[in-house]
Amino acid sequence: MTLNSLQKGKSATITTITAEKELKNRFNSFGVVKGATVHVEQYTLAKQTMEIRINKTRMALRVSEAEKVEISQ
Amino acid sequence: MKTIKIALVGQPNVGKSHLINAFGHTRLKVGNFSGVTVEKKTIRFTRDKYNFEVTDLPGSYSLTDYTIEERVTKNFLDDGDYDLILNVVDSTNIERNLYLTMELLALDKKVVVALNMQDEAFNEGVIIDDKQLSKLLGIRCVPTSALKKTGIDGLMDAITQTFDTAKKTCHLQYSDPYEEEIVKITSFFTEKNYQTDIDLKTLAIKLLREDTQIYKKFRDEAIWTELQPLLNESYEHLYIHYKTKDLDGIYHDEKNALAKGAVKESVKFDHAKETGLTDKIDMVLTNQYAGLPIFLFLMWGLFQITFEWGSIPMDWIDAFFGAMIDGTKSFLGDTELASVIADGAIAGVGAVILFLPNIIILFTGIALLEATGYMSRAAFLLDGFFHRFGLHGKSFVPLVSGFGCSVPAYMAARVLKNDRDRLLTLYITGFMSCGAKLPVYVLIIGAFAAPEHAGNILFGVYIFGAFLGLVAAKALKMTAFRGDDEPFVMEMPKYRLPTFGMVYHAVSQKALMYLKKAGTFILAASVLIWFASNYPKYPEMVAEFETKIEQVSGDEEKVRALNNELSLYNLENSYLGQVGHASQPFFEPLGFDWRMAVALETGLAAKEVVVATMGVLYGLGDEEDEESSSLAEKLRANVTLPSAIAFIIFAMIYFPCLAASMVFRREAGGWKHWIYLFIFTTAAAWVLAFIAFTIASALFS
Repeated sequence: MTLNSLQKGKSATITTITAEKELKNRFNSFGVVKGATVHVEQYTLAKQTMEIRINKTRMALRVSEAEKVEISQ
Repeated sequence: MKTIKIALVGQPNVGKSHLINAFGHTRLKVGNFSGVTVEKKTIRFTRDKYNFEVTDLPGSYSLTDYTIEERVTKNFLDDGDYDLILNVVDSTNIERNLYLTMELLALDKKVVVALNMQDEAFNEGVIIDDKQLSKLLGIRCVPTSALKKTGIDGLMDAITQTFDTAKKTCHLQYSDPYEEEIVKITSFFTEKNYQTDIDLKTLAIKLLREDTQIYKKFRDEAIWTELQPLLNESYEHLYIHYKTKDLDGIYHDEKNALAKGAVKESVKFDHAKETGLTDKIDMVLTNQYAGLPIFLFLMWGLFQITFEWGSIPMDWIDAFFGAMIDGTKSFLGDTELASVIADGAIAGVGAVILFLPNIIILFTGIALLEATGYMSRAAFLLDGFFHRFGLHGKSFVPLVSGFGCSVPAYMAARVLKNDRDRLLTLYITGFMSCGAKLPVYVLIIGAFAAPEHAGNILFGVYIFGAFLGLVAAKALKMTAFRGDDEPFVMEMPKYRLPTFGMVYHAVSQKALMYLKKAGTFILAASVLIWFASNYPKYPEMVAEFETKIEQVSGDEEKVRALNNELSLYNLENSYLGQVGHASQPFFEPLGFDWRMAVALETGLAAKEVVVATMGVLYGLGDEEDEESSSLAEKLRANVTLPSAIAFIIFAMIYFPCLAASMVFRREAGGWKHWIYLFIFTTAAAWVLAFIAFTIASALFS
């Protein structure tokens, strides 16, 4: 499953990142990497943007970008 | 005395500017990095018999080159003139910050790490063994708190000592398979006795990451023919071992593993001390339902304060310069010199300073939004909506400010870190009708609409403008700004209390920058427009009118009428009036006569002038305002409803005033964009006004 289908308040482990180079690099510098534990903090009302937390870093990303992060619960 | 040149590097929100303030008495120089609109801050100070010269590089999460800020940082670190890197690290989020440190260490430069926000980290139960970390990384890591001004002396000692010792070779030990390939390449270089001033290990890592710069360099060298098969072999090994062909990804995994390892061996976490304060605040502020209303309220408040409070000092400034203009004229008499000084120069300076209160208040608000961490939350809440039109969540700041005044709005576009996002936002900010366009709307609507509908129509005009702006953004995104979306992924920093110093520095810099850069252009152009509307002179006509006035002396009504006729004659025949007449064919299809054309053209100086010009041109003198019933009557008699509608549309969209366009020129990065904006706004205004005119003509004929 992909990160955008993870429910609010749930955690999962990142298995693969299928994003293209630029996005992957951005993910990398925020710690969105294989093996990291990701926690979903919030979705916006229209469900187009989500807030996640990895370790101590919170970040916002678009749902379309979260589709490129594979996770397993 | 020795000079130490320092490159100050860190991720965003680590307190770099705070740390600079903590250095004590410093001299700050703000400029731009060559060729780009990225602020370059150079700080100089003297301490312990050393001169320090610090270049504050834009905050970057890693050394990539996707945004201009990142590019500037990367280029400076690769080719800039500096002796050592001072890497500022947020101790409360040490692991992620060390990702960048690991990249810096691979550069083979002298590096000192400031473990900043030590006090906050301690309160949150993050305990860093700085001696252990220093040993692991092979560089000096000094705990500091820029806020509490502690650890600064220790940091300075570490910098001077690192500067004075001979360069150390790269200390990082990657995983065995990776090191193996590195060793293969470095020993090949050694065997070949290859001469280079770059450290061999650094070189090897760059080759293993397929760094384009390094490849370009090697392609022209004889050694390449032997190096290439060796590299291919190494790549194959890495592909097999890491089960991926993403070489850059492999490097990042290696680097992140090093950071993780360093944290594991030198940092202790006391989880009991975590406050979760940010969580609690976010439960309210980014709440699915409450988030947006709270945001709208805060924005409304900022907007009110900026333009309501701002109008008070603006009135004073206006009155002050008005008095100065009158004073100069009465002192120097009614001469040309008096006119050029008073109406040209002083009025020009006044026009520049007039916007200062707005800029200061708005930027205080923006600095607070950024310093507290709320800005990212707002962008998070709004990105879904703005993204549909090709804009970024943070675009709301310049766009909302645009309803007040375009000058601070264009400056506010700096909150957007990405080049393309920022440019696109700059181009459509003008669609948000600024406060100075209000009198134009009020006058025209008042002249043609029933009083009970006027308010609704006015509101509709504003909404329509904003709507057109969003459509224009979409259109530009699909044409001139076509391309893949930039990733939105954005850090949501911890909530922090802003300090006075931080806000003060941000605001005073913006204000000074505005006065220095925009001010000179606005002043020069004001004098030019004054000249165009006052020259050439027609002494015979003036004499003729003076005799006429003498003849009717006593009849004030007639004197006034004659004076109006004279100023009408002067304006109509001035260079500006001549341009108006010449440009009439351009405006003809929109149903504008030459008077409306001239009014719009004087509006290029400042939108406030449009109504006053119409007053002159319709023979009522220049004392008219938008509430004037006689001007409204004149308009009804001279202008048809379809051309009035077209006029509103044109005024809504066309080129911003002089002050704003000069700020736009600077923020967009050159005259090229200024010309593009002129073409874009004029074309859009003309086409839409033409459509409106045609439809209205068909409906109301």
